[in-house]
Amino acid sequence: MARDTWRSDLGGLADPARFREPLDITGQDTAGLLRLLRSMWQIRVVEEQVAALVVAGLAKTPCHLGIGQEAVAVGVCAELRNTDRVFGGHRSHSQFLALGGSPFGLLAEILGRVEGVSHGMGGSMHLYGASVGFHGSVPLVGATIPIAVGAALAAQMDGADSIAVAFFGDGACEEGVFHESLNLAVVYNLPILFVCENNLFASHLDIQFRQPSDRVARYADAHRVRNRTVDGNDVLTVQGAAKELIDAARAGQGPGLLEAVTYRFRGHVGPNEDIDVGVNRRMEDVESWKRRCPIRRLSEALLAGKAVTEAELKRLQTDVHAEVAEAVSKAKAGQYPPTAALLDLVYAND
Amino acid sequence: MTRPVGYGEAIREAFVYLLDRYPRVFAIGQGLWSPWYVGNTMTDLDKQFGKNRIIDTPVSELACTGAAVGASLCGYRPIVIHPRMDFMVLAADQVINQAAKWRHMLGGQVSPAVTIRAIINRGGEQGAQHSQALHSWFAHVPGLRVVMPASVQDARDLLISSVLCDDPVMYIDDRWLYDREAVLPPIVERPLAAEGPKVVREGSDLTLVGAGHSTYLCEQAAELLAAGGVSAEVVDVRVLSPLDAQQIIRSVGKTGRLFAVDGGWRTAGWSAEILAAVTEAVDPAKLRSRPVRIALADAPAPTSKALESIYYPTAATIVDAVRATLGRQEAHVKASA
Ligand SMILES: Cc1ncc(C[n+]2csc(CCOP(=O)(O)OP(=O)(O)O)c2C)c(N)n1
Repeated sequence: MARDTWRSDLGGLADPARFREPLDITGQDTAGLLRLLRSMWQIRVVEEQVAALVVAGLAKTPCHLGIGQEAVAVGVCAELRNTDRVFGGHRSHSQFLALGGSPFGLLAEILGRVEGVSHGMGGSMHLYGASVGFHGSVPLVGATIPIAVGAALAAQMDGADSIAVAFFGDGACEEGVFHESLNLAVVYNLPILFVCENNLFASHLDIQFRQPSDRVARYADAHRVRNRTVDGNDVLTVQGAAKELIDAARAGQGPGLLEAVTYRFRGHVGPNEDIDVGVNRRMEDVESWKRRCPIRRLSEALLAGKAVTEAELKRLQTDVHAEVAEAVSKAKAGQYPPTAALLDLVYAND
Repeated sequence: MTRPVGYGEAIREAFVYLLDRYPRVFAIGQGLWSPWYVGNTMTDLDKQFGKNRIIDTPVSELACTGAAVGASLCGYRPIVIHPRMDFMVLAADQVINQAAKWRHMLGGQVSPAVTIRAIINRGGEQGAQHSQALHSWFAHVPGLRVVMPASVQDARDLLISSVLCDDPVMYIDDRWLYDREAVLPPIVERPLAAEGPKVVREGSDLTLVGAGHSTYLCEQAAELLAAGGVSAEVVDVRVLSPLDAQQIIRSVGKTGRLFAVDGGWRTAGWSAEILAAVTEAVDPAKLRSRPVRIALADAPAPTSKALESIYYPTAATIVDAVRATLGRQEAHVKASA
């Protein structure tokens, strides 16, 4: 694609210099806002701990951190029920935690311990937590998109008002299965929310080198799927748009696609920034995006609106740190799966 | 029931049985409302059970297979149907990486109980992309069960067992068997895990092993051989994976001769697996001749009728291979006498 024909359709949404101001929280209830904030904090702190475990050589499983993107999972999951069925991809710690999954279970899984959410058989990329509505994540890019379509089909057949949700990245929109899945969802009028975390990168490559436009919701336009493109670093906007699409899906009005524009502070995999390998990934962009941090924007709004005090926020932070520190040490003390698991888990029937 | 039913009809009976008794069973795939695609195996099922349970889909093998996997994770028993096994290559991710792996990698907490029905059709100058038998590929993947019915009864009963099994199963039926007929006993549900290779014809001079249509060829070959005074035992593998080779090993232990017949390619094919499983287990002193593979040449299926006629093994091909081996032995015995 000739560079001069490329254009940003996202405009300001992809510009780290924009949307830095505190969120507009007028009319919002403080307890609810604090729940969102705590959830984002928990994800951030868990992922920072994961980064530390990788650096220390204790976590060997490939860890794809979503630091900086917390508002997407938290905003969407705030509108979900545990009877809904959520599926993720390789970068799914955030969704698992936002649904209420246990930090200990996640950390134990990342350390390969049998106490982990996938009994030590999955690692960071294969998470499971059906009790909170998280029905699985896998690293094959795009793979859970049709699986979520099947879960939506099941919900429709059940006659229940639960919905399915597929989380994926902008890179996954380049897989053919995404188009097949949008088409199935719309022709069968399925209760599903497709959530694209558009962080403008797929591994090392900027979306400019991969697609003719940076707005991935255009695929939903083509399939006549209801869609919204929003600032993914504004948890309230994400939540509001998710609610609109989820309500429609629950009411039998078919699928929706939410494109949340965001950025990851860390690289594709592991704790580094990927400035050295990222094509178009510059330190100044990373620094600039940090000023658009979803956690900071909500915290500042709460302080500015005098909804909470510095001390209260500090306490929340300390709480989260203590909770996560305890989860880490408990996870480290876990056991590895028994060797029999290798063969015993292959088939359900024998 | 005393009326003979065809293999294709028997598949339809299995669908009726399942759809009638199990409200969480549904079928999804291309061509389910059309006899062009699936022959007589699903005639009017959509009229009988509704288009919501017999879903004819867009041309989307991958997403439809994924949707079936997803529905199975939510307690349904979907049967996703691929009217040509060739087209299933597009669905490989969902079969190999997803259905077969979810249980193991999620610590046994979830089992995609999806049935993937793959239909083999070939010949008739359809060419390389409408003729493939890819069972060897899928039998290589742990976590997936691979079933190939050869008999009319198995066409019905193994489909029922597959759908009721908690694991992902690939059920491979073959258009070349649809006209086989048999009078069937009433349906008895049997767990798939208890099913495996079966001796379908007793014999003492040699063992012919086949699966699906190859078993049918073996049975025909055994008939021809019997006319010439050679007694062939036929083992129908039925369940290619997980493979329980005991029955085959026992048979070869008895006859001392193994001929593995396969409708797939020779190299890295399933016939090689049968040879390996047997030769690893049977005392070489008991082998009266070298094991033989009768499989497709390593070439894509041709389109020309002239080439098709040499490409596909027939009962005569098997008989010739057997005679060649026995003949060589006789000559050897004569020469050393
Ligand atoms: C089918 C497939 N192809 C390639 C990969 C390697 N891979 C892993 S993540 C990734 C990039 C995905 O980008 P995106 O969907 O935007 O998600 P992000 O990593 O940005 O969250 C790639 C190419 C893979 N896991 N699966």
